[in-house]
Amino acid sequence: MTTYLIKGARPLGGEPADILVKDGRIAAIGDSLSATGAEVVEAAGLIALPGLVDLHTHLREPGREDAETVETGSRAAALGGFTAVHAMANTDPVADTAGVVEQVWRLGQEAGLVDVVPVGAVTVGLKGERLAELGAMADSAARVRVFSDDGHCVSDPALMRRALEYVKAFDGVVAQHAEEPRLTVGAQMHEGDRSARLGLTGWPAAAEEAIIARDVLLAEHVGARLHVCHVSTAGSVEILRWAKSRGVQVTAEVTPHHLLLTDACAESYDPVFKVNPPLRTDADVEALRAGLADGTIDAVGTDHAPHAVEDKESEWAQARPGMLGLEQALSVVIETMVEPGRLDWAGVADRMSVRPAAIGRVDGHGRPLAPGEPANLVLVDPSARATVDPAALASRSRNSPYAGRELPGRVVATFLKGTPTVLDGKAVK
Amino acid sequence: MKRHLLEAADLDRDDATLVLDTAAQIDQALAGREVKKLPTLRGRTVVNLFYEDSTRTRISFELAAKRLSADVINFSAKGSSVSKGESLKDTALTLEAMGADAVVVRHWASGAPHRLANWVRGSVVNAGDGTHEHPTQALLDAYTIRQRLGRLDGVRVTIVGDVLHSRVARSNVGLLHTLGAEVTLVAPPTLLPVGVGSWPAEVGYDLDAVLPKSDVVMMLRVQAERMNASYFPSAREYSRRYGLDARRMAALPDDAIVMHPGPMNRGMEIAAEVADSVRSTIVEQVANGVSTRMAVLYLLLGGSPQ
Repeated sequence: MTTYLIKGARPLGGEPADILVKDGRIAAIGDSLSATGAEVVEAAGLIALPGLVDLHTHLREPGREDAETVETGSRAAALGGFTAVHAMANTDPVADTAGVVEQVWRLGQEAGLVDVVPVGAVTVGLKGERLAELGAMADSAARVRVFSDDGHCVSDPALMRRALEYVKAFDGVVAQHAEEPRLTVGAQMHEGDRSARLGLTGWPAAAEEAIIARDVLLAEHVGARLHVCHVSTAGSVEILRWAKSRGVQVTAEVTPHHLLLTDACAESYDPVFKVNPPLRTDADVEALRAGLADGTIDAVGTDHAPHAVEDKESEWAQARPGMLGLEQALSVVIETMVEPGRLDWAGVADRMSVRPAAIGRVDGHGRPLAPGEPANLVLVDPSARATVDPAALASRSRNSPYAGRELPGRVVATFLKGTPTVLDGKAVK
Repeated sequence: MKRHLLEAADLDRDDATLVLDTAAQIDQALAGREVKKLPTLRGRTVVNLFYEDSTRTRISFELAAKRLSADVINFSAKGSSVSKGESLKDTALTLEAMGADAVVVRHWASGAPHRLANWVRGSVVNAGDGTHEHPTQALLDAYTIRQRLGRLDGVRVTIVGDVLHSRVARSNVGLLHTLGAEVTLVAPPTLLPVGVGSWPAEVGYDLDAVLPKSDVVMMLRVQAERMNASYFPSAREYSRRYGLDARRMAALPDDAIVMHPGPMNRGMEIAAEVADSVRSTIVEQVANGVSTRMAVLYLLLGGSPQ
């Protein structure tokens, strides 16, 4: 195994230091380290962070390999600075059995670009009718700890209660896609002034908030862990803040796109901006940034959702919801949180690595940059700026909402257990 | 004028007035003529691309194009949101290859004409898209009001009914505001969109309160499927609270007119004696639809050959 000597990086944005990576671990951090035979990585001016962890990725395999595969999605993740991603369960077949989650886990190991951590479906076939074999998935080689019907809400309150309770047995967590389905029939975009004018059926904020309010009460009642996916409204942030103040074991994530974009994007009727939950208002964006800054929102989750061209190049109502996120997530966080001074680099590490790893119970990730720790880390050039070109993305799909937008920050190198997956900004394999 | 007519906001006051004046000139030019045809668009191709059944609108556009001597192709691409036929983009590229100078599109999806405009070089005319807009309907309505009342500036127009799902209402609110009219929307609160407060219109729930202050009452069609979705309790209650009957019509000022974009539900939103009264402009609206659409096609295509 090659030994790497990273020269002059700034761990968590602190003073420059050398980082020696050996045998999959951080061997030493300090001034003017040297190591014979080590490959030197010049990192002056770069920020070193623990490898990023995504709680919410759609890798589309099995089933829609034309949109993404475990391998292409893993490469996109590595280029985005991630060393672990949670692969959502809404594949075809659905990841609702030990067999499917083990398949996805094994494909991730074979690709070897990030640790792919499968998410198990809460209910059989995502149908919201009866529990999938959650324990079998937890006990499988994939060691599933996060369960989600993402794409669908576990809307039946009794079933949700049982799921929350049941996964306590193996320290699992239910990640809820909060959307009251009766309030979002046919919904196309955020319900407000713009939906009224554009004639697109509205997705009311209350449909998300009502489920979150219900679920934090259920989680409190049964003493279980709840994670809320892709929080998108100011009201949701308020409910989460209230729940946390009561000691409810609730965590939450926000997507990069909800931190940056608003429903104004829908004016183009370009379905690249169609996503579920929908892009909201300026006031919601502000509340989400504030929530992420003060820790009410624990993590950034990309909700990376690749779609084939024909599923997006259509009428708005016909298009599938979802947008790419892995490769630009860190840049968006720098743009919306770091550059405005709302999050320092330690904060970025906390929200994009430490806390998501803790929520998902992912071993070896989200660890401090310290000797003896697994060498999962990323080097970022904060001064670089680049215009997003969807054709240049590693994802198999092109549905990036950031096309043509200039964003700050560049992932220069990513190390997974001591082995570089990205060097000089390019995927190693 | 912009190259496309996708929504009322594409027309500023001068553009909109030009369309109405042009329609009036066309009416004058054709009045009393045996051959109701002008040579203006000879050699130009107009495609009627209809993803939704609408015999009235299609015939109106077809007649408008033919009276301008354009070649007209009717392309019925009726497909449900579920059935996967040829994509809108592929259809657009096909029309492009055939050299369509204008595409008149009716679609069940809001925004489809906007998408189409990205893919074709010719002019796109929105003939009604989902619950978004129907700008030529608003133009013919404005033309009809001006014809009857002699002006639009300061005219008080009350639009009644299913504003939430109405492309006619959206286009009329925008265009009539542009032309200086004062618009009031009256509907049960369930049939007004959240966000209607940002529109350039007054909003009310009480039809009787606004009728004496209305120069124009425009009744919107209430679709049967709304009745099963708890927008209101029953057709009878809707009719009682928001229908225009003879008693309510009597509360209007003397020269006020009654409009309806059709097709009507007689006995539901409008009583037969109102629809057939002298105040009703419903038949004129149909006739004016042809001249207004001629004006639109003429202005979009009549200039320089592309």
